[in-house]
Amino acid sequence: MSLLELKHIYKIYGDLHALDNVNLKVEKGEWLAIMGPSGSGKSTMMNIIGCMDKPSKGEVILDGVDIAKENAKSLTTIRRDKIGLIFQQFHLVNYLTAIENVMLAQYYHSIPDEKEALEALDRVGLKDRARHLPSQLSGGEQQRVCVARALINHPEIILADEPTGNLDDKNEEIVVELFRKLHEDGTTLIVVTHDPEVAEVAQRMVVLRSGKISRETVNEHFTGHIRFDN
Amino acid sequence: MFIRMIGGTLFRQWKKMLMIAFTIALGASLATAMLSVVLDVGDKVNQELKTYGANITVVPKQASVLNDLYDVEGGGSAGAYLKEEELGKIKTIFWAFNIVDYAPFINANATLDDGSDVTVVGSWFNHHMSLPTGEELDAGITSLRSWWEIKDGHWLDEQNGEDGNACMVGSALAETRQLAQGDTIHVKGSAADADFTVVGVFEAGGEEDNQIFTSLDAAQALDDLDGCIDSIEVSALTTPDNELAVKAAKDPKSLTISQYETWYCTAYVSSICFQIQEVITYSVASPVRQVADSEGAILEKTQLLMLLITLLSLIGAALGICNLVTASVMERSSEIGLMKAIGAYNGSVTGLVITEIMITAVFGGIAGFAAGFGFAQIIGRSVFGSAITMRPMVIPIVAVLVAIVTLIGCIPAIRMLLRLEPAEVLHGR
Repeated sequence: MSLLELKHIYKIYGDLHALDNVNLKVEKGEWLAIMGPSGSGKSTMMNIIGCMDKPSKGEVILDGVDIAKENAKSLTTIRRDKIGLIFQQFHLVNYLTAIENVMLAQYYHSIPDEKEALEALDRVGLKDRARHLPSQLSGGEQQRVCVARALINHPEIILADEPTGNLDDKNEEIVVELFRKLHEDGTTLIVVTHDPEVAEVAQRMVVLRSGKISRETVNEHFTGHIRFDN
Repeated sequence: MFIRMIGGTLFRQWKKMLMIAFTIALGASLATAMLSVVLDVGDKVNQELKTYGANITVVPKQASVLNDLYDVEGGGSAGAYLKEEELGKIKTIFWAFNIVDYAPFINANATLDDGSDVTVVGSWFNHHMSLPTGEELDAGITSLRSWWEIKDGHWLDEQNGEDGNACMVGSALAETRQLAQGDTIHVKGSAADADFTVVGVFEAGGEEDNQIFTSLDAAQALDDLDGCIDSIEVSALTTPDNELAVKAAKDPKSLTISQYETWYCTAYVSSICFQIQEVITYSVASPVRQVADSEGAILEKTQLLMLLITLLSLIGAALGICNLVTASVMERSSEIGLMKAIGAYNGSVTGLVITEIMITAVFGGIAGFAAGFGFAQIIGRSVFGSAITMRPMVIPIVAVLVAIVTLIGCIPAIRMLLRLEPAEVLHGR
């Protein structure tokens, strides 16, 4: 059974079909990239997979549960237990230090554990920056804190929305390298991006266009390492 | 983590929190000031109104029956008298400390040298009493009838040895008889004669202007009424009547035990009258309705006005809090959206925001309470010429009001927070 399965998903706003009969399966441990131009429905799909929105029609089976039928509170619980979110804008709480931002996810999940949070930061190479505020970290470092926060509760899926959108090449490489390690550890990754270089690193890529999956390719030369064209 | 987040918000948004605290302080200060004055204004207004005379009269039961029968007041003692020796007992009733002044009266019918009749009224002027309770009290008509205008001389001063043969004469009588301070007036009672020295001439604006006022002993001696008094006028601090007081005034036996206890232990004029009757043998104590009703009406209107000001100030504070908290939540929408996105339930986020605001409210409330206490003193000094006593009950009342107003002020922000979708703020959809 697939970890995630989207069956005939529609998301309709008035006359606009943001998602139009989308079908998709994601296997456990898979690294999937979702690509597409602006307005193609990438963010809508991410919101639905991330339990932050519900489809107008269709089924979203996550770990055997149709989350399209769940209420808001259940969706919060599912999101908390099964999904780790990474955002383009980082969204760190600016008055909390790096380690406290990681512990914030623990706090809403179970019990904050500083040692475990420090280990997560160590995993993303920021152990020595644990006591720094977001304003004292570079963009790449902030995104790595986001990755640590997404990892801390051992989610089934890491869902990243344009994770490298605000990063330079060097930091982009660091973040993609982190994803590769997570993939090696068996974490399921869904990365929404419009950056072909990031998308091509993934095992599989789907391209959305006008709310529909227009193309699906499997990376036959998958290595998990990013290759810059220039 | 929770404390760290609260602290972070309070420090990071200190300007906004300061504004919220200031708004709460403003509301709390007005509430404190007004409530302090409202709770103390009863005594203050009563004390002001005491200058208009007694509000309770005590007469022998027999005289009261005749007065009621013929619907007259001051219709004479009808041969029944109260006992002078029981006067001190008035200051032993449950509401003794609310008895601020009282004076006994005895009317002696006498004749002047030319054969014309004159009423000689015996009373206390500034009679000093050392009560069994240890309280020292100066009671009498000097303070009880402070509106009398002294046209010549001065008030009869019992404490300065002016008793026995000293008297005060009403202005009409003084004018007719050409009497002035230092003159002597000879009066003949049914039992004895007396020569009184005029120490003062007063104008009362009533029948007293044709009477002679002297000490109780001297008037009693004229008619051989040693130890007898016709009536007692009592000035007491009272609470405005309500339905219970009205019911009790008609018949205290109609009350249930708990109603009776409530009534007995409240300074209603009927309750004080009842207690005076308990200590003065064969007496009927009744309120001087005009004065008592005026007191009640003025007091109620004053209290209503102040409560309205309190209410309006609290509504103003709630609106201010509402705007500020809503602005704060809007400013933090991405932070709140993030919390929801990583698993915070609505209850957790709401609890966080309310805790932040309530902590701010505590500081604002304390500052407002202190300021309000100061405002109350300013009001007390400028309006009543004395300090306002801070009642301990003001503290919990203001605390509860601050909590309610703060929570009400948070409602729109909480509604917004509950409607806030993480996807909207995190992706800007």
